[in-house]
Parts: sequence; structure tokens; C-alpha cells
Amino acid sequence: MSLLEIKNLRVRVAGHEILKGIDLTIDSGEVHSIMGPNGSGKSTLAQVLARRETYQVIDGEVLFNGKDLLAMKPEEAACEGVFMAFQYPVEIPGISNTYFMRSALNAMRKYRNQDEMDAMDFLPMFREKVKLLEMDEKLMSRSVNEGFSGGEKKRNEILQMAVLEPKLAILDETDSGLDIDALRIVAKGVNAMRSKDRGMLVVTHYQRLLNYIVPDRVHVLVDGRIARSGGSELALELEEKGYGWIDGEAQATVPAST
Amino acid sequence: MSTNVNTIRELAERDYKWGFVTAVEEERVPRGLNEDIIRLISAKKREPQFMLEWRLKAFQYWASLEASQAEPKWANIKYAPIDYQDIVYYSAPKKKPGLQSLDELDPEILRTYEKLGIPLAEQKMLAGVAVDAVFDSVSVATTFKEKLAELGVIFCPFSEAVEKYPELVKRYLGSVVPYTDNFFAALNAAVFSDGSFVYVPEGVRCPLELSTYFRINAAETGQFERTLIVADRGAYVSYLEGCTAPIRDENQLHAAVVELVALDDAQIKYSTVQNWYPGDKQGRGGIYNFVTKRGKCAGVNSKISWTQVETGSAITWKYPSCILQGDNSAGEFYSVALTNNYQQADTGTKMIHLGKNTSSTVVSKGISAGHGQNTYRGLVKILKGASRARNYTQCDSLLIGDQCGAHTFPYIEVKNASARMEHEASTSKIGEDQLFYLQQRGLKTEDAVSMIVNGFCKQVFRELPMEFAVEAQKLLSVSLEGSVG
Repeated sequence: MSLLEIKNLRVRVAGHEILKGIDLTIDSGEVHSIMGPNGSGKSTLAQVLARRETYQVIDGEVLFNGKDLLAMKPEEAACEGVFMAFQYPVEIPGISNTYFMRSALNAMRKYRNQDEMDAMDFLPMFREKVKLLEMDEKLMSRSVNEGFSGGEKKRNEILQMAVLEPKLAILDETDSGLDIDALRIVAKGVNAMRSKDRGMLVVTHYQRLLNYIVPDRVHVLVDGRIARSGGSELALELEEKGYGWIDGEAQATVPAST
Repeated sequence: MSTNVNTIRELAERDYKWGFVTAVEEERVPRGLNEDIIRLISAKKREPQFMLEWRLKAFQYWASLEASQAEPKWANIKYAPIDYQDIVYYSAPKKKPGLQSLDELDPEILRTYEKLGIPLAEQKMLAGVAVDAVFDSVSVATTFKEKLAELGVIFCPFSEAVEKYPELVKRYLGSVVPYTDNFFAALNAAVFSDGSFVYVPEGVRCPLELSTYFRINAAETGQFERTLIVADRGAYVSYLEGCTAPIRDENQLHAAVVELVALDDAQIKYSTVQNWYPGDKQGRGGIYNFVTKRGKCAGVNSKISWTQVETGSAITWKYPSCILQGDNSAGEFYSVALTNNYQQADTGTKMIHLGKNTSSTVVSKGISAGHGQNTYRGLVKILKGASRARNYTQCDSLLIGDQCGAHTFPYIEVKNASARMEHEASTSKIGEDQLFYLQQRGLKTEDAVSMIVNGFCKQVFRELPMEFAVEAQKLLSVSLEGSVG
């Protein structure tokens, strides 16, 4: 059984069809990248998988570990092991990062009938992960994302991923707004999380991130369809030739599928 | 998004848990208000002449206001006219004469307080909270009296104070809130039946949190309690009050008065968790909470701090205030007010700076959900003699859904140029993006909303004594009856 199976997924947002029939399968241990020009539907795909309810699924099926993902509420999907690193992480004033992370972890443990983790057990584990992301510990007692720089917010997302240990990690344009040093740290965090028990879907506009997180498969999304799939070398080819290259080809040929 | 809205609506439909009625025999005066009723209340309480006279003067003043229709109308609240002749002004559980100990209390009342989680029994000593419990009009039990007496701290029902410490009562009663202060204060002065009295003698730091628990049980009655707290020179006291009432279709009036007096170097910390019955989802029933609370920092270096968490009542009209008379005195007001369904709140504070180097801090957090209307109304007044006065005001509103309202009326009057004033205000809305973020991290919608609201209120909660802060957080999540847009 595959970790994630997307079959003919069609999604509408505010009356417009954004995803026009996506087929994609990710197995545990694999890292897939979705690339594509602005407006091609990359982020929509990420948000739908995370179960954001402003997106209307009009056709298709998504199985996560064999379960109907589209029937799940966002928190159920999260507890089942779907994690999304946000492109624009929100601020939660008055709630400390540490408290937030422990609440999130315990909500998931409770869902899985595991004992909740007390502060004594949580903190050492948390500190370990904070170190991995090279984050200032002071940020952990600050309110969630409040007053964080753009880079700190993105690192905080990866930190959360490291704490929550999802089965499927979706990175929605995690590289946007990162300088090269922050990018390296983020990639280090992500690579440390690569495992045979975990699948990843890395959504990005630029190839740059894929120098650091080398994917097993690359899919190019154009106008709501996967126009081409290939190995990591496809990303390099794209960098060289630009999205226009795929665009022209997509119009001339039948869309490629995995 | 629609699911979010629905879940939050469901949350909103949660019921008021404190709405039960206790079956006790009660003794009440006839309906309506006139001099005879005042005399009857005073006689029932075996009051000395000075109290009766004070009540009668208050009644006459109130009657003149009523005749000229001077009930305050400036607040941002709407309600049908109150028929003051249709209220029972005194109701008390019948009791055996000369109640000596808690054991003699009607077990039904004890059970009520147990249900409410208000411990009256001695074992609760561990909690370090001394409780005075007011059931309808009278105070039914005060715990730890002996322990406090060793330190010279007086903590007793108001009626007992009138009997045993008439000099203290005479000196301070009405000294901060005179009966001429306003319509409801006049009404209270005329008919108040009980409440708590606290006196902390010079240099004593009261080792227990003192607490009063107010419970309206009887139907068609008003509750008019009066609390007076005096902290003598260098004294410190922390006082908590909590309130609940049964579910009834008609509105009930609660018009209380609280007076605080802090002498030189004294400190009073007054915390309220107000959870009167708020009415049902259609806005039927609920308590009209029309309350006058004011503290006087009479002495130098004195400090009065109000913290309130207002989640109940159909209508809340209250402005816990500080008169900063002593030089270097300080006033604080920390407030969380939540209005949901059809609740209305017009609340805030007045900080009146008279003394030199006086400072005040105002932090108000208003949360509106459902069709709730939440108004912050505040006055900071720096008088001529108040050199180098300072005020910091922060006024934040949080909206849940798109059918509620938040309003802010901050008044500032400065008559001394050396004053330093800061005012910050914000209005925000629980957004779909915030909720989704928390849900994506595994939190259920209701827990996500609670977390956002608790974060919003944090500055105020941390001013509450520990066990009350926990209580307040729980109460807030239960009362959180919002909707998201």
C-alpha cells in the first residue's frame, strides 16, 4: 500500500477550477517535489492535502495509508500523520512556542491513544530539535511566530515537523524568503527527517532548494495538471530552460503521468 | 470554513452549567419598594438607627431620581424598562435561630456550594482561601474566621460588621461610593441586604486569599450586596469574588456596590470571576449586572488593583475605578469581558489622578462572539495637582464571527502638563488562517479557539491568583460561544 495515492483530483477555488485532474503516488521513504510556475496550482494541492476547507474538491480520490483523506477534518489528517509546513506561518499572540508544541504533540498522542507527554519528558526532546534547527532557545518561550523574522518562522515550521514526526511532510514553498544560510539550515533539518517511514512532498517554485534536498521524483505542474515527471535531473533541466519549455511541450503533447 | 463555523456554533450551544435551582425554604419581603420595605429589611437585620437613617436617605434620593427618570441611559446597552416595583428586594433561606456553625446550615445550601465547587468545609483550609458565601440576600457562611481573627483581620458578613464594628462601618460606608453617586448605587444603599466586610489592621499582610461567593437562587428577586474592604496602613489583602445564578426566563437585577479603601502603603488586590446566568441563545433571561465598584488610594504609596473576568450576565454595566489621592499611589485595572449570544457589556474603568506621581495601568481585553456587543468605556483624568502622573492604557478587542460588535470609548482629560499618557488599542478577528494553522497541528476547532482566546487574555490572567487563573481559563472555554467568519 502506498503512503499517498492521489487519483484524478479536481479542485475548485472561488468558482475556478485550479486542479484539473492530478494523479500522484508517494511511497514511504520517497521525497517528491512539485514544481511549477506561479498560479499552476502547487499550493492548492498542498492545502487540499492538509484539508483546508476553503478548497472545494469536485472530483477524484485521495488515499492516505489506505484511508480516505478527503473525508478527514484538518485535525484528523494532522493526527493521522499529515503535516504541512506553511508558506505563511501565522502568529498566535500570548501562547508560547513551547506550550503550543506540547499541546499539538499531545493532541496527536491522545488521538493515537498514547499517554500525554509531561513537560519533564517533552523539554529535553524539544531542546534537541531546537539545536538541530540552530534556533535561539529564547524564541521558544516567545509567542508562536510573534516577532519572528521570515527565516525564523520557516525554521520554526521545520522544528514543528521534527517534533511531530509526521508520516507525510508537505513543505509549501518553505524556501521562499530564505537567505542562503537559512536555506541550508532548513535543508539540514529536512534531510535529518528523511526516513524509510516517511514520505515528503516538497512544493517549490525554484530549483535552488532541491540542491540541498535532493528529491527522488520531480513533477512539473502546469495549469492544474502534472505536465511532466522525472528524476531530480528534471529540476536542473527546468532551471536551465524555464517553465516555458514545459508549457510549450504540454500544449503539444498529452500530459505525462506517473 | 463552513465546518469551522458550525463547530464553533455548536460550541456556542453549550449550556450554562450553573443553572440549577436549590430547593430551600425562603423568607422574603413583599414585592415592591417603599419606605416600609426599607424599614422591614433594616428591622429583619436588627440594624442600628444610623443604618436605617442612611438607607432612608438613600431611598429618598433614589426615588427622586426615579421620579425624574434619571436612570442612566448613556451606556451602550439596550434593555426593556425595569419595573422597580415588581422586584422582591429581600429573600433569605429560612434558618434556625442563632446559627452557630456550618453544621447547622441547610444541607441543601451546602450541597449547592459543593456543586459549584465552592468549598466551605474546614478541610478546604489547604486551599488557603477563606470564603464568605452569600446566598440570595444573606451571607450564609464564613470560613476561617478564627484564624483570621488571630491576626486582627476582620472578614465577616456585612450585617455582622454593622452589629459588631459599627464605628468602622460608620467611618467608611459610603466614603468611596456615596449613595448619591448614581442611580444604582442609591438603590443599593437603600436595599442592600448583605455582602462582605473586610478590615486588615495596620501592618498585617493577610495570609489567605479572602473570597466571597455570590449565588442568586430565588426567583423574581434582586441581589444587592455591598462589600467594603479597608486596608489600614501598610496592610495587604487579596480578595476574590465569584458569582452564579440559576437559569430563569425573566431577567434578574443585580446592583452591587464595592468600596475599597487603602491607607498609607496599603495594597488591595480585588479579583472577580463573574459568571452570572447570561440568558439563553435567543437572549431570553439572564442577570442585569449593574455594579458600582470603586477604590480609593487614600494614603501615600498605596495601591489598588482590579482584575475582572466577566463572562456571565445578560448585561454588564460596571467600571471598577481608582481614585488616586495619595501621592505615589497606583491603580490597576485588568479586564477580560466576553459577550456571546445576545450578551451586552459596557465596562471599563475610571482612573482619577489627584496625588503627585500617581500612576495607573489599564489593560482591557474584550471578546465578542455570536451577537454579543462589547463596549470598553474608560476615563483617565489627571487633575491639576497631579504632577508627573502616568497612565498606560491598552485596549484590545477580539471578534469571533461577523454578527458581533466591539466598541471603544476612551476618554482622557489632562489638566496637568507634566502628565505622561500612553494609549494603545487594537481590534482583531479570529481568522480562518489562524484556526487552520492550529488544526493542522492536530488541535480540534474548539481547542484552537480556546487557545487563541486564552493567548489573547494572557496579560490579564497572569494577574489572577493561580487557582483562579485556571478556573478563568476553563470558564472562558465553556463560555466561548463564538462563531468565525
